[in-house]
Amino acid sequence: MIDTPLLKVSGVSKFYGSRIGCKDVNFELWPGEVLAIVGESGSGKTTLLNCISTRLLPTTGSVEYRMRDGNFRDLYHISEAERRFLMRTDWGFVHQNPADGLRMTVSAGANVGERLMAVGDRHYGKIRQTATDWLGRVEISADRIDDQPRAFSGGMRQRLQIARNLVTGPRLVFMDEPTGGLDVSVQARLLDLVRGLVNDLGLAAIVVTHDLAVARLLSHRMMVMKDGHVIEHGLTDRVLDDPREPYTQLLVSSILQV
Amino acid sequence: MTADLATYNFAYLDEQTKRMIRRAILKAIAIPGYQVPFASREMPMPYGWGTGGVQVTASIIGRQDVLKVIDQGADDTTNAVSIRAFFQKVADVAVTTHTKDATIIQTRHRIPEQKLTEDQVLVYQVPIPEPLRFLEPRETETRKMHALEEYGLMHVKLYEDIAQNGRISKTYAYPVKVDGRYVMDPSPTPKFDNPKMHMSDALQLFGAGREKRIYAVPPHTEVVSLDFEDYPFEIQTFEQDCALCGAHGVYLDEVVLDDRGGRMFVCSDTDHCEDRREHGHVGAMLAPNQEAAE
Ligand SMILES: Nc1ncnc2c1ncn2[C@@H]1O[C@H](COP(=O)(O)OP(=O)(O)OP(=O)(O)O)[C@@H](O)[C@H]1O
Ligand SMILES: [Mg+2]
Ligand SMILES: [Zn+2]
Repeated sequence: MIDTPLLKVSGVSKFYGSRIGCKDVNFELWPGEVLAIVGESGSGKTTLLNCISTRLLPTTGSVEYRMRDGNFRDLYHISEAERRFLMRTDWGFVHQNPADGLRMTVSAGANVGERLMAVGDRHYGKIRQTATDWLGRVEISADRIDDQPRAFSGGMRQRLQIARNLVTGPRLVFMDEPTGGLDVSVQARLLDLVRGLVNDLGLAAIVVTHDLAVARLLSHRMMVMKDGHVIEHGLTDRVLDDPREPYTQLLVSSILQV
Repeated sequence: MTADLATYNFAYLDEQTKRMIRRAILKAIAIPGYQVPFASREMPMPYGWGTGGVQVTASIIGRQDVLKVIDQGADDTTNAVSIRAFFQKVADVAVTTHTKDATIIQTRHRIPEQKLTEDQVLVYQVPIPEPLRFLEPRETETRKMHALEEYGLMHVKLYEDIAQNGRISKTYAYPVKVDGRYVMDPSPTPKFDNPKMHMSDALQLFGAGREKRIYAVPPHTEVVSLDFEDYPFEIQTFEQDCALCGAHGVYLDEVVLDDRGGRMFVCSDTDHCEDRREHGHVGAMLAPNQEAAE
């Protein structure tokens, strides 16, 4: 049994000038655990996700990550080279807009293969085989391997982005509104796929969403944000079935009315 | 000194500019393959005419030097002739077309066929120095990638090439890794010449005028062309021999002879070809019995 967290977030705050982005956030994430960050627009979800994933320097606080050697490192005290290496091997980042996470002008195969080449794979045939396998896992047919994502639908692009991130076997994946721009039917299929992959691979994930249904389907635990603060935090079923904070109750009831 | 020369400082650039460029060159030599920014000057010729190479040559040339200038492999193209004339005018140096007699060779594409020596410097005119530009247009990002040795993108580019063409079809400006560290664009030389850069006895300097970069490969430095294990780097091969001198295993240019589809292949390095012919080598085109001598 793994009895150590993968990630420790302590006292993370981000101010944009005098405006609060997020304030004094603390939590731990365990291996294989999926955490959803929910809240309405402007509540600070993206700000927090970016602070944790080192894409945005927090004003205060620390983020510690348990590296593959078992040692915790403060992500804001490792070298840029180490940080970038971590981001493209042990982490994934799935953007809401696939164009932000894909190279739109190279083929699907190269998009998936890029991380492999970045860590030194130098066998074209093997890279291509791995890319083919991963396209299959995200339900993109192998004969699309040489097409550019420009020729893909929104759902396919998002699945390609996921494959591109998972090819190096990361332990932690960040997702910001992964189903955001998609049609409802496409969303459902993508969520199924993500849930399956996360389970199969034992991934830990932090998923930002304003959609409580996404949180319900994907996450074990959730945090509710309002005005930059985490106002409620608990097991997903507990929070959704028995919300304690009036604001969370409001959020949940607004869903149930639909 | 002639009255003509008096209007110019030696080699056109003022001494302070030359010192600045020499400092950039020294830094480039100290960090093989690294692109050193420099304050590129206006030259009395347009960008694209080798202003980077000209500034490098102007900064290293001395009165005792013998200069050769080639464009493709030839000494007699407009570009080569005008750069050679420029240095005759502003530095009054001896010029030559013979590779073996030159101390400085400025080139736009080719590396001479004849092996260069430690007494020679090869100066390249470079249009686009950044090998990562194709996939990453942001300069801040490419600098970071060089600094952190993140070169996966170079292989992404080669991967695409194989996926589209069934092989690495890139034939010139073929990326290399210098001294096991920096990835460098030898642009725009044909990949045929890449192996000549490896462990060369001569100092190799690269000047990009418009992009304001200088880089270098010091003598005896490893220069390795990027590739895949299952798609190894290969140079172009030519089935024919040179029609004029019979040379084999050199870089050949196709020359159209008439409008009825007649053509021949000849050495792109014209000095090499002439030198061989002077030494009695004859190609099929010049051989009396239609049989290549050799
Ligand atoms: N770059 C920035 N500069 C100034 N203020 C910002 C910046 N980015 C976000 N903010 C502010 O910080 C607060 C939190 O924004 P954030 O984008 O984190 O919210 P969010 O929960 O992700 O919203 P959404 O659901 O709309 O994506 C908001 O008040 C926002 O206006
Ligand atoms: Mg957001
Ligand atoms: Zn010849």
